[in-house]
Amino acid sequence: MLFGYHWDTAHGEWAFALSILPMLLRGLLVTLEASVVGFFVAMVLGLILAVLKGARSRLVSWPATFVTEFIRDTPLLVQLFFLYYVLPDYGIVLPAFLTGALALGIQYSAYTSEVYRAGIEAVEPGQHEAAKALDIPPGRTFTHIVLPQAVPRVIPALGNYLVSIMKDVPVLSVVTVLEMLNVAKIIGDQTFDYLVPLSMVGGLYLILTLVASAFVRFVDVSLPKRGLPLR
Amino acid sequence: MHWVEFLKPLSEGAWVTIQLTVYSTILGAVMAFASGIGKLSPNWFIKGASVVYIEIFRGTSLLVQLFWLYFALPIAGDALGIDLRLPPVVAGVLALGLNIGAYGAEVVRGAIQAVSRNQYEAARALNFTPRQALWRIALPQAIPEMMPSFSNLAVQNLKDTALASLISLSDLAFKAEQLRNFYQNSETIYTIILFMYFGMALVLTAMMRILESSVGRWRRARR
Amino acid sequence: MTQPIIAFDKVVKRYGSHVVLDELDFTVAQGEKVTIIGPSGSGKSTVLRILMTLETISGGVIRVGGEPLWHEEKNGELAPAGEAHLRKMRTQLGMVFQQFNLFPHMTVLRNLTEAPRCVLGLSKAEAKARAEELLQLVGLTEHANKFPGQLSGGQQQRVGIARALAMRPRIMLFDEPTSALDPELVGEVLNVIRRLAAEHDLTMLLVTHEMRFAREISDRVCFFDRGKIREQGTPEEIFGNPQLDRTKQFLSAVTEGE
Repeated sequence: MLFGYHWDTAHGEWAFALSILPMLLRGLLVTLEASVVGFFVAMVLGLILAVLKGARSRLVSWPATFVTEFIRDTPLLVQLFFLYYVLPDYGIVLPAFLTGALALGIQYSAYTSEVYRAGIEAVEPGQHEAAKALDIPPGRTFTHIVLPQAVPRVIPALGNYLVSIMKDVPVLSVVTVLEMLNVAKIIGDQTFDYLVPLSMVGGLYLILTLVASAFVRFVDVSLPKRGLPLR
Repeated sequence: MHWVEFLKPLSEGAWVTIQLTVYSTILGAVMAFASGIGKLSPNWFIKGASVVYIEIFRGTSLLVQLFWLYFALPIAGDALGIDLRLPPVVAGVLALGLNIGAYGAEVVRGAIQAVSRNQYEAARALNFTPRQALWRIALPQAIPEMMPSFSNLAVQNLKDTALASLISLSDLAFKAEQLRNFYQNSETIYTIILFMYFGMALVLTAMMRILESSVGRWRRARR
Repeated sequence: MTQPIIAFDKVVKRYGSHVVLDELDFTVAQGEKVTIIGPSGSGKSTVLRILMTLETISGGVIRVGGEPLWHEEKNGELAPAGEAHLRKMRTQLGMVFQQFNLFPHMTVLRNLTEAPRCVLGLSKAEAKARAEELLQLVGLTEHANKFPGQLSGGQQQRVGIARALAMRPRIMLFDEPTSALDPELVGEVLNVIRRLAAEHDLTMLLVTHEMRFAREISDRVCFFDRGKIREQGTPEEIFGNPQLDRTKQFLSAVTEGE
């Protein structure tokens, strides 16, 4: 029994599949939640890293670059374990779900920071020159001129990472987060039938990534290409 | 326990990680070219098989694929009457290779399609068969284009090998877990292996860069 | 009278609703050097591309060396040609492209030997010997081991000509061979084409804007406009005494720059 539902192993494969569907869908919900939170963290952290990497002072940009590379070149699993087991030693005790989402966000912030950097650098120098000529201070130039033009440009690439994050959520199962794969594994452990639950999870993932990709494309199409309007 | 004493067992794990990476990357490369080229084939069966493979392995999670091959496949085998129990090594290499191959397929396909139509016209004018044109004219020009993406995929693959520890493969992540369970020294052990993975990634990136420059020699020839 | 080596019989070429070749009748005798001139979009390059089997035809029949090109004779009737037939017919034709289209990942020598070895089955030594002969013909012997990226446009085009000649075609097609070159490099390419025209009994079909050159080497000049040949004759007739107003209009616009 899981989430209050019972599985039915007595009436053949299809009845079994139908009976575990509600459980898997609950797991899917957790998957979605973890993805969204992780994505949000990645978006925010990535922007911070991107800004730090572009700083004029090497004292700031070099460590930022090193940290980004380090995060990018090390496995999510190990980063997750690190956060899960080491943070409590420092007095930070988070629920497993948040630790997992945080780990996802950190791992992907390394990628999103690259995307932001590319978008920022793609804003033509002419814009910077015009801002300078108009005597707009650098801070305001960045927030009001560069960023509103850079962000729409990078939405498709960022959106693709949302889909990637969804595919990495199952790693969180190692710290007991009850996402889809974990639910399937528990069902399998207890009924000795792994084939049905795992195959269903695979199918659900295909549907999930299809829908998510379509959503990202929709957002990309509806966003104004020449920059977010500022009133 | 002094951290240096952790290095020996961890290095054994690192060696397994390296082997896993090498084998799965080779399998991945083969699958990438087979399905990337297959997706461009006029033969609808080959094209269909390639598309199905690519969509399934890119549309689902690697860990799901790994668990499916290790836990679910044997059950399917029992139903069919064949023994499909894969040892962890085989399941690991297979899952990693098939997964990375699906991503690589898009890189291969994109690079081949990026070769200018003019090249195909010149090949046709000289009476090359379409297969000769693909292997002798298009692919050699496409491969240097693929290298930067392949480099990223190789590092991604290295990171993904850590998941194999979850089906009891004695790689670096697995060894780390063993040590941690015994000595309870999470921070030190995880820090060490994070740096070990980082080091391996840097070496891998350097190797890919050397490969990149050797296949792209003709591109740098200038007047 | 001997059969023409190229014969277009009411050939039509359509791109969607746009008609590029409009029931074109056109013949070329063996060994003849024909230049096609005309405004852009008139269909000049399309004629060459269809001959080289790079484009299909929408109607009519083309015969090369007496045999249909885009059709096969099956049981006394004409059916669309299969790839095997096209490959057989292609051996008679060679083409030089406006953008040279050399293989950038191969040295000059390999550009010249690859097709003879893979397609014609020549041995490495035979192909190399042939290639060196041709490099001498086009004056590029010392560049044999360079990559196309290391050559100037004029040098690349000369390699392009040698590469096409390496397959020993009976008919050479030149699709605006100098249009993509800087003015000072045009001469070296025209020199090679001039030598070819003088020393070999190749059939040559040339599409070009170089009017003086056309006048010099052609046996016949064809003025193309809107998918058909509007006027043709010897260079003296066309350049010296054009009959149609359209021809006069075109020639005066083009020669204004010379």
